[in-house]
Formats: sequence, C-alpha cells, structure tokens
Amino acid sequence: MVNTPPRSQQDEILLKVENIHMTFGKVQALIGVNLEVKRGEIHSIIGPNGAGKTVLMNCISGLYKPQKGDIYYKGERINHLRPYQRAQLGIGRTFQKIELFKGMTVLDNIRLGRHIFLKSGIISGSIYVGKTKKEELEHRKFIEEEIIDLLEIEHIRHKTVGMLPYGLQKRVELGRALALEPELLILDEPLAGLNLEEVEDMARFILDVNEEERWKVTCILVEHDMGVVMDISNRVLVLNFGNPIADGPPEEIQKNPEVIKAYLGEEDLYATRR
Amino acid sequence: MTAPLPEITKDLTIPKLFLKQCKKYGPNKVAMREKEFGIWKPYTWQDYYENVKYLCLGMLQLGLQKGDKVAMMGDNRPEGLWAEMAALCAGAIGVWLFHDCMVDEVKYIVDHSDTKIFVGETQEEVDKALAIKDECPKLKWIVWDDPKGMRHYKQPFLKSIKEVQALGKELDKKEPKLFEDLIAQGHGDDICLLFYTSGTTALPKGALLSHYNMLTMGRNLMSVDPCYDTDDFVSYLPFAWIGEQMMSISCGLQVGYTLNFPEEPETAQENIREIGPHVMFAPPRLYEGMTRRVQVKYIDSTWIKRKFYEFSMKVGYHVADLRFKKKPIPMHWRLLNWLAYILVQKKLRDHLGMSRLRHAYTGGAAMGPDHFKFFHALGVNLKQIYGQTEIAGISIVHRDGDVKFDTVGIPIPETEVRITEQGEIISKSPSVFQGYYKNEEATRKTLVDGWLYSGDRGFIDEDGHLVVFDRSKDVMTLRDGRPFSPQYLETRLKFSPYIQEAWVIGDKRPYVTAVMCIDYNVVGKWADERKLNYTSYQELSQKPEVYKLVKEQIVQANKDLPEVARIKKFVNLFKVFDADDDELTRTSKLRRAFVEQRYKSIVDALYQDTNVVHMDTTITYEDGRQQRIKIDLTIEKIED
Repeated sequence: MVNTPPRSQQDEILLKVENIHMTFGKVQALIGVNLEVKRGEIHSIIGPNGAGKTVLMNCISGLYKPQKGDIYYKGERINHLRPYQRAQLGIGRTFQKIELFKGMTVLDNIRLGRHIFLKSGIISGSIYVGKTKKEELEHRKFIEEEIIDLLEIEHIRHKTVGMLPYGLQKRVELGRALALEPELLILDEPLAGLNLEEVEDMARFILDVNEEERWKVTCILVEHDMGVVMDISNRVLVLNFGNPIADGPPEEIQKNPEVIKAYLGEEDLYATRR
Repeated sequence: MTAPLPEITKDLTIPKLFLKQCKKYGPNKVAMREKEFGIWKPYTWQDYYENVKYLCLGMLQLGLQKGDKVAMMGDNRPEGLWAEMAALCAGAIGVWLFHDCMVDEVKYIVDHSDTKIFVGETQEEVDKALAIKDECPKLKWIVWDDPKGMRHYKQPFLKSIKEVQALGKELDKKEPKLFEDLIAQGHGDDICLLFYTSGTTALPKGALLSHYNMLTMGRNLMSVDPCYDTDDFVSYLPFAWIGEQMMSISCGLQVGYTLNFPEEPETAQENIREIGPHVMFAPPRLYEGMTRRVQVKYIDSTWIKRKFYEFSMKVGYHVADLRFKKKPIPMHWRLLNWLAYILVQKKLRDHLGMSRLRHAYTGGAAMGPDHFKFFHALGVNLKQIYGQTEIAGISIVHRDGDVKFDTVGIPIPETEVRITEQGEIISKSPSVFQGYYKNEEATRKTLVDGWLYSGDRGFIDEDGHLVVFDRSKDVMTLRDGRPFSPQYLETRLKFSPYIQEAWVIGDKRPYVTAVMCIDYNVVGKWADERKLNYTSYQELSQKPEVYKLVKEQIVQANKDLPEVARIKKFVNLFKVFDADDDELTRTSKLRRAFVEQRYKSIVDALYQDTNVVHMDTTITYEDGRQQRIKIDLTIEKIED
C-alpha cells in the first residue's frame, strides 16, 4: 500500500526521463524528450497520432530500450531493468489496446495483477493449506475491498472478460493495473473508444486513484480527449513527431501557439470534445 | 418454529416493537444481511439496536424533534433502514425518495414535506440535496454513508452517518436512558411515515400513515400467510414504495425474519438466487422481466433442451389449469408433473431464486393472465394482491388453493371492501391512512366516512373475489359503447418478450390503436441473428423487419378479442417510456394524460389516413442532459 508522503516529499520527483532518443530504423520516434513527474500529480502526455506518446510509455515501462538518455525512478537509474523488475518497483500500466486474458474471468485477471506479491511456493500452493490459503484470502480481500468496490464491477466479477462490452473491459484493465498497488501508473489512452458516460466514469476512477488517501497514485496519462486532459491534469507534456514542444500546466498549454499549430485544424484544444 | 405474533394495540409503535424484538433476539439472531465486498455480512438484532440507537441520538444532537421529517434516499441497504428506524425512534416522520428521482422531484418532496435532515447514500444523493439546499430553507443537515467521492465536500451542514453516530454515543454516555425513554413516549396514532404517491396525473401527494396503520396491516397479512422468524426476505425494491415497507417493516419487524440486501442493484437477481427467499413481493414488471428472461433463454437453447422445456410447460400449464378450476389432479398427471419438476421446473425455479419460495405476491399494477399462468405452470405459488399506499399496503389477497388468475382475491381480516354504484372500489380497515399532507381537498375526496375511495373501477365476482377493471379514468369506451380496459390489452401485449412497453389508445375513437416500445436487448439479439444492421434503438425500432415482428405479436394478442377491441394500427416508438421523461410514474405506471399530450402528433396520425408521422422532440438523460430527436415513424395497419 502507498503511504501518504510526508510534506517534504510532496515535491519529490518520482520519475525523471532525461534526453531520451529512440529510433526504429530511420524513423526517429523520440528526439531528446525530457519529463519530470512529481509524486502525487497527474501528468498528461498529448500529441497528434504518431507523436511518440506510446513509445515513450514503452520506454518507461521497459518494453523498449532507448538508444540514448536515462530514466530515473525515485532517483535511481532504471534503464537496465526489465519490465517485470520495473513492475516490482511499483510502475503499473494499462494498454491502449486491451491486453487482458479474454478467456479468464474478471476476478482471475485482476488476481493475476497480484502475482508479484505471492510468496508461497509451488508445493504449498499445490496442496493449498495454511500459508497459501491465508495469503490467497488476504489478496482476495484486497481485490474486493479496494478494487472491485472502487471500480464498481461487482456485477461482473465472475464473468468471462471476452464477453464483456469494451467499456467494462477497460475498467477491468485498470483494475488489474491497480492490483499491483503501483506508485506510478501509466494509463495509455484509457478513454479511447468509450461513450460519454463511460468517459465520465473512467475520469472519476482516475481521480479517485490519484486523490484517495488509500491510493495516492501518481499517474502518467496519455490521452486524446482534451476535455478530460485539461480538466484533470496537473501538468501536460506535448509531443509532436518525437519532439517535445511544450510542458506546463493545462492553462498554459491551451494558449501555447505551437501546440495549437501541432493540432492543425483543431483551432480550439477542446475541439475533440465538444 | 414461531412465536405468536405480538399483539397490536393503539399504544404500540414501530419503535416499541423494534425494541422488543431487539431484546428478544439480541446478539443470537441475524436481523439483516448485506452483501458487501463479495461476502454476505450479517448484522444481529444487537447490531441493529446499537446502530439505530446512536443514529437516533445523533440526530437529536443535530436538532431533530418530535414531528420533524427525515428524508431518505439511496439503494436498499442496512444504513437506510437504520436511518428510518432512528427517525421513528426520535418521534420524527420518515420520508423516502425513489433513488432515481431527479433534482426537481427531490426539491418538491423535500420542500413540501418540510424535511429537516436528508440522509443520502453516496455522492450522487448528496449532490442532489446540495443543489436544492438554498431553495429549501427548512433543510438543515445532509447526512451520507458512502465516503466514495466525498473527499472534497467540506460544507458545515454535511455529516457522515458515522459522525452522527459518534455524536449519539456522546449523548448516550451522558443520558443512557434517553433512547428508551424517547421510544416509550410514542403512541400508535402518531404519524410514522409520509409516502409521496406516484401520481399518474398530478403532482405527488403525501400520504400520512400512523404506526397503528402499518402494524395492523402487517398483522392482517401475516394472519393469512404466516411467515416465520427463520425465513429470509430479500429487500431490493425501493423503500419509497409501500410494498417494500410493508414487507420489511410492517411484516418483517413483527415476524422477525431476516432481511437481505443485495450488493448492487445490478446484482439483485444473482443475490436473490444465493439467498433463496421464502417470501417475495414485487410489482408485475419484475415478474415480467423474469418471464422474458426465461423466454429468451429458451429461444437461445439447444433443440433437446427446448423440447424438455416445451414438455414441462405443457404439463405445468395443464396442472395449473386444473388447480385454478379446483379439480383433483389425476394420478398420471401428477406423475408427469413430477417428471416436469425434475427435468425443468426445479432448475428454472432455482435460477429465478424461487426454489424455497412459499408465497410470491404481485401487486401495484395489473399483471396479465399470461404471465400469471406462466408462474403457476412453473409451480410457483404466485398470488395477486390489491391495495394502495393509502391503506398502508394491501387490502385484498388470494388465499392458498383459491387463486384465480383474473381476480385479485378476497379481503384480508378486519378489512371491508365494497363497490359503489359508480363501480368504484372502496375499502375500510384499521390501516386506512390519516390523510394527505397539506392537502385537505384531496383528503376529503379520498376519505369519506372512514371509507377509502380508490379511484379504481372493479366488481366482485360470484366467488367473492375482487376483479379490478382499471383506473376509473383510464377505462375506455369502445366504438359500440362498451367499456374496455386498456391495461388489460397492454399486459397481454407485454407477454411477448419482444415488447417492453405498450400504450393502447381508443377511448371514444372509431378503432383501437397502440404505441409500442420494443425491448432493445431482446429485439437487438433477434436482429443480430438475422444480420440486420442497426446502431441505435431508434434505428432498430423503425426497421421493416422489426415492424413485421411486432405486428405478429399484436396479431397474437388480438386473438379472441371482440372485433371492436382489436388493435388496428400501431407505431413503434423511437424510445422506451421512461420515468425521467415523466412518461411513467416512479413505479412504472403509464401516465396516460401526459403521454397523450406529449405524443399528440402520433395519436393524431394514428387516426388519419397517413402511414408516416414526423417527430421532433427532446429526450432527457438520467443526469438531466437533453437531446433533440428528429425522426419519421412508420404507421402500420393490421388487417384482420
């Protein structure tokens, strides 16, 4: 569980990305991107399609290895760490395209997210007594009280994920990421493909996770829905063809002429929403 | 198995009975259960007592006095019932609001009832109360119980139930006898609950009920169909509906059975199955929903399962028919019925949560004979009841072994029912209400010499059973001058799984017509199987194939009706009737006068020589947003 940081830590930089360069063949996906995410904030990353947002996320979660530049998590360089090791440090993520196990139930998918916390071995696991049973009960309790209740998915806990509507699958994916009890949560387009009502629900869940004493999760949000981004973010980083063109509070970003130019044809940053 | 029911005297109040039961059962018996975090969490009578006590004393600390009103809103949950009981213990009056009431309705009721404390469940209810706080100066406190989303709410007049209970604990330390003294002050003739009836025509009226009203009603129903303190009951219908109060308070408190609260409204059906209640009371639409589910599953299942189902239902219908006619069931039919039970009925009943059910009641609106027979064919002891808020619940019920599908039964003890010369149903009993709050004119019209005028038309048949025809003002006059009940035809139409709502028109008109609302899920699935493309309810409802489907359902319902009463033209509406649009009452009754006005262009077109009607209207979403809709609706004729 994440404890509330003491005052002095409020400005702590949780994640720092320094001068990242990432190329695929001749395509330069990221060109010298810097990012500083403070503990407790929602830091959004926006940009037109192909701007390199997801590449940056993949660099942070460890799926890609950048050719140049450094990534620090809580002050420690994590470039060399593999994705699962970064997850153990407390970096969770959801995916733009749903990456759930479609044939498994909602509960099982979320349970999988807690895999890294399971300590009992294969032998006690196979006979399922004592320690294993106790451990499993504790995890189930956590999932029920903290995740299923938060995301309001009581009615589908035993349903197979593949049978659920898209909006609910997105919620389950957030649930699985939360099962990891992350300190930093990377949300890759959590609102894509949702209807208005589902967007409102999801935005509320993100705020809950970010603000509730119980969670206090720092979020990196990659999103196209400008209305939500501008509403809930503390800071916004704008990428365009791999170049960072602005980084600042939402009010500043909305007025930035370069940003408006990058979103050519969208004169108003709210245009995608209204 | 059961102790004799407590004697109901004029001195007894609901809180006094509550105290008695708490002392009797204490920590040894479960009073209520709530499914939370995936587990059924029990509360004993001792827990119930303590929670109510501290909440009641806390409310006193907030300034609640005898006769003040406490409004409650939210899903069914223990905290809701504690709040109600706490208010009653303090001598205050409880007012329940339907959980889906919009801000305007909340404002009307809170303002009209002079509510002092508002108890909501979540942020949603708190938001509604906050929106009206400035316009309702008598509202002093807003209380909530679910902290989710409440972290930014810092208003000084907001308190959580826990905070209120903490205040109560402090007071209890200072004055440990206060709570029981307060309860002892109550009298049976004091008002306990104020119900805002879902008027089908005008603004809601507040019906005042006394402790004595509520308790005598419960006693009289329990003397017909006894329940036991070992029984289970699932409380999932709105507390703002008298039927739920009747089962949870009037009957529940006297008998002492366990109330079970589902986890979420969406999981209610699943939770009912887990509990397997012994008694159930629901309006017809819930039974209609069950029938529809079974019918849809039947359509979806494999050939062999369909055959088993068909066989079992055939046997079930035959046996039920013999029972209706009170004829003996021959041995071979008994055997076949046993087979049907083993093969299908047992499992179906289990899926519907009816495997332990002794009595199932339906009331609050008309139920079609087809639905009614369906449940009897499954071997469910479904009974009609008739009553209204103004008589604290019910006045008429079927007796075991004397069930007729076209009647509502015979009066419960201490109740007299008569028909006036105009054909209106009137009744008299100790449960008849005390009048409408701040509405003497309506009270005078409804209560004459102790007789309650129902506004329903009906008659008493040769067996002494009451037959309810329809609301007096809804009864149509057909072309040939005969009276006709539109509700009757509507319930017949709704037996088709494809039809969710129907509205039959034809009063003093040359022929009968109907406005139909298809069931989006069922027709949607039907369309998927036929590879019909559609993106919305509107589009689906206007497909020629869907029109053909609906037409078949109407032709079926038209069968064996006199020629003048048959539906000649119909139109598929672009949406389903909704309480948020004021088209239905909160208990899902059609508000005819309103829809007639709202869809005047459709009604006009149905009686003109045209086959299309142009609609331009707005619809309201649950959060109050509105959307404009422009659409052409087809009018279809039905040839004989």
